[in-house]
Amino acid sequence: MFRSGLDHGRRYNADRLLAPLLRLSAAVGALLLLLVVGFLLYEAWPVLRGGGWQAFWRDEGWYPLEGLFGLMPMLWASLAAALGAVLLATPLGLASAIFLQFYAPPLPAKLFRLVLSLLAGIPSVIYGLWGLTVLVPLIGRLQPPGASLLAAVLVLTLMILPTVALTGAAALGAVPRAWLTGAEALGMSRKGLILGVALPAARSGIAGGVLLSIARALGETMAVLMVAGNVVQLPTGLFEPVRVLTANIALEMAYATDGHRAALFASGLLLTLLVLVLAIAAARVSRGEPRHG
Amino acid sequence: MADRLFTTAVYLLVILVIGALLWVIGDLVIGGLSRLSWSFLVEAPSDAGRAGGIAPILVSTLLILAVALAVALPLGLAVAVWLAEFTRPGRSAAQGIRLTLDVLAGVPSIVYGLFGHAFFSLVLGLRFSILSGGLTLACMILPLFVRTCESGLSAVDDGWRAGARALGMSRTSTVWHILLPAASPAILAGLMLGIGRATAETAALLFTSGYVDRMPGSLLDSGRALAVHIFELSMNVSGGDEAAYASAFVLILVIVALNLMAQLVTDRWLTRRIQRS
Amino acid sequence: MMGRFLPILLLALAVGPSTLAPASERVMLTGSSTVAPLALEIGKRFERLHPESRFEVQTGGSTRGVLDASSGMADIGMASRALKATEQDLTAHTIALDGIGIIVHQSNPVGELSREQIVAVFTGEIRNWQALGGPDRHITVVNKAEGRSTLELFLQHFGLRNSQIRAQVVIGDNQQGIKTVAGNPGAIGYVSIGAAESEQERGVAIRRLPLDGVPASVARVRDGSYPLARPLNLITRGDIPPRLKGFIDYARSAAVSDLVEGLYFVPLRP
Repeated sequence: MFRSGLDHGRRYNADRLLAPLLRLSAAVGALLLLLVVGFLLYEAWPVLRGGGWQAFWRDEGWYPLEGLFGLMPMLWASLAAALGAVLLATPLGLASAIFLQFYAPPLPAKLFRLVLSLLAGIPSVIYGLWGLTVLVPLIGRLQPPGASLLAAVLVLTLMILPTVALTGAAALGAVPRAWLTGAEALGMSRKGLILGVALPAARSGIAGGVLLSIARALGETMAVLMVAGNVVQLPTGLFEPVRVLTANIALEMAYATDGHRAALFASGLLLTLLVLVLAIAAARVSRGEPRHG
Repeated sequence: MADRLFTTAVYLLVILVIGALLWVIGDLVIGGLSRLSWSFLVEAPSDAGRAGGIAPILVSTLLILAVALAVALPLGLAVAVWLAEFTRPGRSAAQGIRLTLDVLAGVPSIVYGLFGHAFFSLVLGLRFSILSGGLTLACMILPLFVRTCESGLSAVDDGWRAGARALGMSRTSTVWHILLPAASPAILAGLMLGIGRATAETAALLFTSGYVDRMPGSLLDSGRALAVHIFELSMNVSGGDEAAYASAFVLILVIVALNLMAQLVTDRWLTRRIQRS
Repeated sequence: MMGRFLPILLLALAVGPSTLAPASERVMLTGSSTVAPLALEIGKRFERLHPESRFEVQTGGSTRGVLDASSGMADIGMASRALKATEQDLTAHTIALDGIGIIVHQSNPVGELSREQIVAVFTGEIRNWQALGGPDRHITVVNKAEGRSTLELFLQHFGLRNSQIRAQVVIGDNQQGIKTVAGNPGAIGYVSIGAAESEQERGVAIRRLPLDGVPASVARVRDGSYPLARPLNLITRGDIPPRLKGFIDYARSAAVSDLVEGLYFVPLRP
C-alpha cells in the first residue's frame, strides 16, 4: 500500500533527488551486467558466429589443439559438483540458520555467526590446499585416485555453506514477530513453528541464498581445480576424476589462442546462461509469497 | 517427541559444521604457527616470500578491500533501497534488475578476473593496480550485497513506514533513519559475506591488482593480495608451505577483526536510531 | 559522519606518489610464473644496488611473456622454455636451467623405469604396479595440463602426443603435482627436479626416479649429464636499452647464483 506513494515524493526536496538517484544506481547495476556479458560475447564471438558453438556437443572430446571442442562432459561435471554441493549445504545451512534464530542464546549465536563468516572468508586456495593434502588422500584410500567429483562436492559444500546459513538466518530473522508469537499462542511446538510458519515465510530469502550458493558453486575455480582431478570425462561415479568448466578456463586460458580462446569464453558464457535459467526458476518460487504489511 | 528429534537433528548438523571448520582451521594453525610472530606482520617478504613477513601484502589487501567496499556498499544499498521501496512487486524493471544481479552472481570468478583485466586494467588504463583489483571485487560482491539488503528491507514491517508518513517525514528521512537501521541485521549479513568473498578471492585479483609484493605507494600501484600471496607460496614456490599457512591464519584473523567491526558499527547504528524513536 | 571523509581521503591517496621513480627507470616484466619469483628476487637485489630503478613483475604464463615482449607491453618477457621457430625475431637470455624428473610415492619400491616402461605407463598400456615389479596397486598417472612447457618437453623427449596419454589426474603447477603424488601411493608424475629434490629433503613423501640411468638431481642437471632440462629465459626484442642490459647481465652473473639455487634451479655460472 505504501509503495504507491511514489507520486507524493514531490513534497520534499530530498525526495525529489532520491528517486532519480536510486534509479541511476540500479541502472549502473544493469550496465555492469551489460559490460560483463558484452565482454564475454565479444571474446566468444569467433566461436559463436557461424554456429561454431554447436561443436560443444557434436565433437568427440575436448582436444583444442586438434580443433575438437566437445565440452559436454565438463558441463555435466560442473552441474554435478554444484548440485551435489547444494544438496549437502542446504540442510546443513538451514540447520545452522534455524539454530542461530531459534535455539541459540545471544552469545553463542554471535560466536557461531563469526564461525560461519570465517568459513566464508577462507580463501579458495586454502580450501584447495586442505582438500589436496587432507581430503584427497583420505578419499584415495577408499578408492584411488582420490582427486574426484566427491572431493569437489565436499570442498564446495564447505565453501557455500556460510552463504546458505547467513542468508537463511537473515531471512528467518525477518519473519514478523507477530506471526511467531501467534503460532506459539496457538500451542504450536517449536518444530511446528519453524517448519510450518517461519520457513515458508522466509521462503524467498532462503531461495535467494540457495540461488547465490549454486551460482557460487558453479563459478568456483581454484579449489575445484586442486581437488577434482581435471580429467575431461563424463562424471560416471563419485570417485572418478572430472574437470569442471571453470577449472578448464583457468588451466588453458594462458595458452589459448584464437578459436580455443573463444571457446573458453563461450564456456564461461554458458555458465552464466545456466545461472540465468536458475535465477528465473528461483523468481518463480518466491512469486507466490505474500509481502508483509 | 518429534520436537526432540528435530532439535537433536539441528544440533547434530551444527556440530558437523563447527567440526568441519575446526578441522580446516586446525590444520592451518598446525602448519603455520611456527612462522607466526610480530615481525611476520611488520616486515616485508624476502626469499620469494619464504622469509620475512607480509606487511606490504596486508596493506595491499586492506586497500583493495577498502576500494571494493567503498564502491559496493553505497551502490548496493542504493539499488537495494530502490528495489525495496521504489518499485512495485511485479514490475518488469525491478524483476529485470534482480535477474541481472543474480546472473552477475553466477559469473565465474575467473571470468571476473579476465573482465577486470580487460576493462579496468586495459580499457580504463588502470593497468595492474589496487584500484583495478578493488573495482573488480566490487562487481563480484555487489549482487550478494543487494540481495541480502533488499530482503532485509522488504521484511521491515509497513507499520514503520506508516508511522513515518504520519509524522510527516520525507521518504529520504524514512529510509535513512528508520528503514536502513531496521534492516541492519540483513545488511550486516551481506557485509560479512561480501568481506569474506572479497578477501578469499584469488583468480580475479591475480590479473588486476597483480603480483608485486612491494609496499604500495598509491592506489594506482600494483599490490599483491593476501590470497594471491598464499597461492604463490603454496603452489608456485618450493618450501613456501609454512609461510602460506601462517599467512592464511593472519587472513582469518583479519576477517574476524573486520567482521567484529562490521557488527559493532551496525549494532551501534541500529540502537542509536531505534532507541531514539 | 566521519565515514564520509574516508573515501575522499582515499581518493587523495589514489593520485598520490605513484611514481617514486621516473618512468625511464621503471622496468616491467611479465610472463612465466615459474620464472617470476626468481625475477622478483633478482629485481629486488638490483634495486638495492641501483636505487633509481624499479622493477614490476607480473605473471600470466610463458606465452603471455613472449607476446608482451614482442608487443612492447613489457620491457622483458619471462619464459620457462626456449623460443619457438615463430618467435625468432626475439632474443632469449637464459638465466637458469630447470630439470624435469619423474616422481613416485616414497613407499613405492620400484627403483627405475626404462624408457619403454615409462611410455607404456603414461599411455595406459600398463595399469598396475605389479607389472613393473611393484605391489598390486593401480597406477595413478599424473599429467600436466596442456600448454605447459613441462608437458611439451616431456612429450618431446618420449616422442608422444598429448592425446596418447591416459591420465587419472591432471595438474596445473609443480606443487600440485608434488602434493598429489605425495598423497597417493600408486601415483607417478613428472615435475621440476629442483622442486622435487627440495620437497623430498623436507620430508614430503615422494621419490625421484632416474631417467635413462641418470639420477634425477640438481647436481646432474648442472654437470649436463641429465637428459631432460628446460631453460628459464628473459625475452627481449630488438636492441636492448642500457638500463635493461645492466639488469640482464646481472641476472646471468654469478652474483645471483644463490638466488637461483635458493629456488632450486640450476645457475649457469655456479
